[in-house]
Amino acid sequence: MANALAPQKTMTLGEGGLALAFAALALLSIVVAAKAYTPEYAFHAYLFTAASIAAVFATINRYYDRQAEPAPLTIDGKPNYNMGPVKFATAAAVIWGIAGFTVGLYIACELAFPFLNLDLPWITFGRLRPLHTSAVVFAFGGNVLIATSLYVVQRTCRARLAGDLSPWFVVLGYNFFIVIAGTGYLLGITQSKEYAEPEWYADLWLTVVWVVYFLIFLGTIMRRTEPHIYVANWFYLAFILTIAVLHIGNNAAIPVSLFSPKSYIVWSGVQDAMVQWWYGHNAVGFFLTAGFLAIMYYFIPKRCNRPVYSYRLSIIHFWALIFLYIWAGPHHLHYTALPDWAQTLGMTFSIMLWMPSWGGMINGIMTLSGAWDKLRTDPVLRMMVVSVAFYGMSTFEGPMMSVKIVNSLSHYTDWTIGHVHSGALGWVAYISFGAIYCLVPWLWNRQLYSLKLVNWHFWISTIGIVLYITAMWVSGILQGLMWRAYTSLGFLEYSFVETVEAMHPFYVIRALGGLLFLTGALLMAWNLWKTVNSAESAVPASLALAPAE
Amino acid sequence: MSLWSKHAILEKNSIVLVIGILIVIAIGGLVEIVPLFYLKNTIEKVDGVRPYTPLELAGRNIYVREGCYLCHSQMIRPLRDEVERYGHYSLAVESMYDRPFQWGSKRTGPDLARVGGKYSDNWHQDHLRDPRSVVPGSVMPNYSWLTQTELDYRHLAQDLKVQALLGVPYSPDMIANAEADVVAQATTDSPAAGDLVKRYPKAQARDFDGNPDRVSEADALIAYLQLLGTQVDFKLYDDKANIR
Repeated sequence: MANALAPQKTMTLGEGGLALAFAALALLSIVVAAKAYTPEYAFHAYLFTAASIAAVFATINRYYDRQAEPAPLTIDGKPNYNMGPVKFATAAAVIWGIAGFTVGLYIACELAFPFLNLDLPWITFGRLRPLHTSAVVFAFGGNVLIATSLYVVQRTCRARLAGDLSPWFVVLGYNFFIVIAGTGYLLGITQSKEYAEPEWYADLWLTVVWVVYFLIFLGTIMRRTEPHIYVANWFYLAFILTIAVLHIGNNAAIPVSLFSPKSYIVWSGVQDAMVQWWYGHNAVGFFLTAGFLAIMYYFIPKRCNRPVYSYRLSIIHFWALIFLYIWAGPHHLHYTALPDWAQTLGMTFSIMLWMPSWGGMINGIMTLSGAWDKLRTDPVLRMMVVSVAFYGMSTFEGPMMSVKIVNSLSHYTDWTIGHVHSGALGWVAYISFGAIYCLVPWLWNRQLYSLKLVNWHFWISTIGIVLYITAMWVSGILQGLMWRAYTSLGFLEYSFVETVEAMHPFYVIRALGGLLFLTGALLMAWNLWKTVNSAESAVPASLALAPAE
Repeated sequence: MSLWSKHAILEKNSIVLVIGILIVIAIGGLVEIVPLFYLKNTIEKVDGVRPYTPLELAGRNIYVREGCYLCHSQMIRPLRDEVERYGHYSLAVESMYDRPFQWGSKRTGPDLARVGGKYSDNWHQDHLRDPRSVVPGSVMPNYSWLTQTELDYRHLAQDLKVQALLGVPYSPDMIANAEADVVAQATTDSPAAGDLVKRYPKAQARDFDGNPDRVSEADALIAYLQLLGTQVDFKLYDDKANIR
């Protein structure tokens, strides 16, 4: 398009700066790799080097390929949405989801049949379990949150995503963090803080990515052409902000050396326990709840074409939820060496938390008022509504388990695992699947390949979830009761290993439940693959670009 | 003018909304965490708890590396059955040097807070190599490679230095002798054991892994396990003394 009148193409500050920053990071990583204390750390340093060099090339390549003008904010008065990074994160979510469910199934089998550890360090339960939790929570859930948040914020603000390279930096940088974290676990690089296992250098990298994520999200809101910030965006903002605070607070550590993967956390003992569960419970509260409530607030009204049930309820339950959740951490530390006053505060606020949680559930489910008939015909909507029902169930179970007397039985047992999975599979994964089934046809402008397959996915997965959580209820309560059983002579009735042996049948049933859940997810992946690769588009392109409202 | 319409201020000003969220989420954490650093009754006043020896610390780092906490807690609750099964309930002081804490949240295997001295080194060697050889119903993975892997303790002095920076009472003398102390503690009848015990009272020094030719990862891990829960003498501990 050589034209005398065309503006001169110049490299922006962002492009030049990013290329230089990555070149510097590549050099630093090479030095670290050369002097690393352990081969595992050297491997990670090489990964950083390779990724940095790739980033330099991608940035420069993009400069040569792009037009002189930056992408327009609007085309013909309509927002020119930036959906490339959203597509990437959506696809990544599906792939990581399958990977995370598979690892979960494998470790479930390891507990039932320990020979599956195969005497290999890399696949022992202790190393694979963080891989499973991180893959499902941060890789699957995180990509769903990034994809939906960047989609929803553009649509509800009627504005193009802020930043040019930065959305790609967030999406690719976040997934690179996942690769570093996951390979680290397999190689034994972990700080063994539950759900915060990655070591200091991965944490630093994530901090940078997360701050940029926050900035592009906020920047898009500031560009909005709608006067009000939509309710889903309040939840996304609370999620992004709070996760930043929690991540920095809980991972405050001093590395042994620039050349060592090992670091020591600045908190210790009882204080570290409190900080950890302040983080841990609010990873549930803000990552797995607030973020996914944001998904609920956009995708359920869109899918059933009804307004959100109550605006006032959404205000009350938003502020109550984020205020109360932060206090709930100590219920993970009942009867421990944490002072009683903190335990009591944690229990009290956990019970109060029941109310705003159900406020969210009511607001989600009642949004279907006048559209209940769609549950019969639309399995995607059914999946999302059932997910909100599971949300209601597990947010009742949670406060109940936080009562000290209940906790004395349930803590340290599989009941906790069952509770987590009724939330994770029933609520988080189902609302994510629903959102993905909506997003993929919208993003790729295709008709969903098969609603019948969605129906199969729904039923197979639901049976899987029911098997999983009932098996864990029974095994958890059984083991808890066996631990405290006394004979008539006043001796403990069971040795520890007898209670382990009693778990076997339930571990097998749990693995079966996991297999069904994974099968459902594979059906989804196939369905989405066929959707994206189908020839005809769903609607004319001009209509597809129409804003959401 | 109703309160509801006031909420529009937050909905129309993104920065106000951000600040509002930050204030609301800060309160709970501040109230629950900050007092733990200055309330004197958070950590009991008890004699006998010392920092880990370099070998024990290396063992603890292996415990951390392998994610043992995912199946083993280190926190005995003051419940009748737990105290009878595992021993005296855990005190906060017993984990005051633990970075990170390893209280755990799941007992797929038993609690380990007081496993020290409960089994012989021999039992631990067999159990780590093949748990089902000593506990047939166990579902624990085999950790057979630990005895065959040399312990890497070249940089352990740096670990102590960082911990000292964080307030753990490691003296310059301890840091300077970190590597020597590893060898001394992993050797039966080592002549240097006297110095080790002077630096770390009651430290046990012997060949923990049953192979005197080298210091393996199993040496470190078993040294750590044998220490767990043995530092406080509960014959002398007065649980009323700390009530304030």
